[in-house]
Amino acid sequence: MTPRQRRWIFLVAGAGLVAFYLWGLSGLPGFGNYPGPYGFAILRVAVAQTNATGVVSAINFEYRGFDTVGEEFILFVAAAGVATVLRRLRGERERPAVDEAAGRGVPPTSSAVRMVALLFTGPVVLAGWWLASHAQTNPSGGFQGGILLATAFILIYLSGEFLVFKRLSPADLTDVVEAVGAGGFVVIGLSAIAMGLPYLKNFLPLGQVPGAVSSSGTIALISFFVGIEVAAAFILIVAELLDQTLLIRRGG
Amino acid sequence: MMEALQITLLVLVAAGATAVVLIRAGIRQVLMLSIYGVLLAVLFLAFQAPDVTLSELVVGAVALPIILLLTLAKVRKREQ
Repeated sequence: MTPRQRRWIFLVAGAGLVAFYLWGLSGLPGFGNYPGPYGFAILRVAVAQTNATGVVSAINFEYRGFDTVGEEFILFVAAAGVATVLRRLRGERERPAVDEAAGRGVPPTSSAVRMVALLFTGPVVLAGWWLASHAQTNPSGGFQGGILLATAFILIYLSGEFLVFKRLSPADLTDVVEAVGAGGFVVIGLSAIAMGLPYLKNFLPLGQVPGAVSSSGTIALISFFVGIEVAAAFILIVAELLDQTLLIRRGG
Repeated sequence: MMEALQITLLVLVAAGATAVVLIRAGIRQVLMLSIYGVLLAVLFLAFQAPDVTLSELVVGAVALPIILLLTLAKVRKREQ
């Protein structure tokens, strides 16, 4: 195919795309006009039904909890996929985590990076726990909290060494924690069935005060398990990539 | 007032997205992507979606750049 033909095909396809895009835009509801009934319906009943003032979390972990189970397992499978793809292959071998040139150590981390990483580790852990455990009260949730918790481990890697990171998050332990997080969600759902209720039905006491940390029953519990699962999955993915970068080399 | 803020942020996000595409040098592109993630998060906040703001912050500004940086480091090591 000559470049000239290729350009024509692109122009025709591009014009078609623009036409369809404009056609689609012309049918959109006006800016800020929400036409559906569900948003208003759920806003009216959510707080009274669940005692959770974080209505987005109430939707995620209660009204559409079944979808969220699926989403959580997407991450679970992704972490498993990364671990499978990045495993040590035949013809690759692990070397100690030092610079490749013989007799040369790893360039030392600058003290500025160390200081910032150390300063941030504590607050990041606090923020992560807070987000993962306050899904029922305000905008937050296990997913965001989990990633933040995992970030704390990456800060430890930045402030210290690869080996400290590995000692603090051994792969076996991370695997187990991830499985407990993902399994906990499913087990909460199955516990409802064991009590003769529908899957993932909120079976715990909802508490007296809407928006209290102890309110909302299973919503808070599920968010907590999601936080654990996400943190472990992300640590696992980053650890696999660090292994690839620092330890595994091609050639025997 | 709120509308002016929203329009400013929309323009900034468009500029950020363009910059991500135009910057071709590896690490700089990743840093720009991270800044773009923060811009997008602030935009969501201005449109009163704090939950999405948090998700965008942790994914767009933290998780994705970390994974990309590690991948770049691996590729660079192999090229040497």
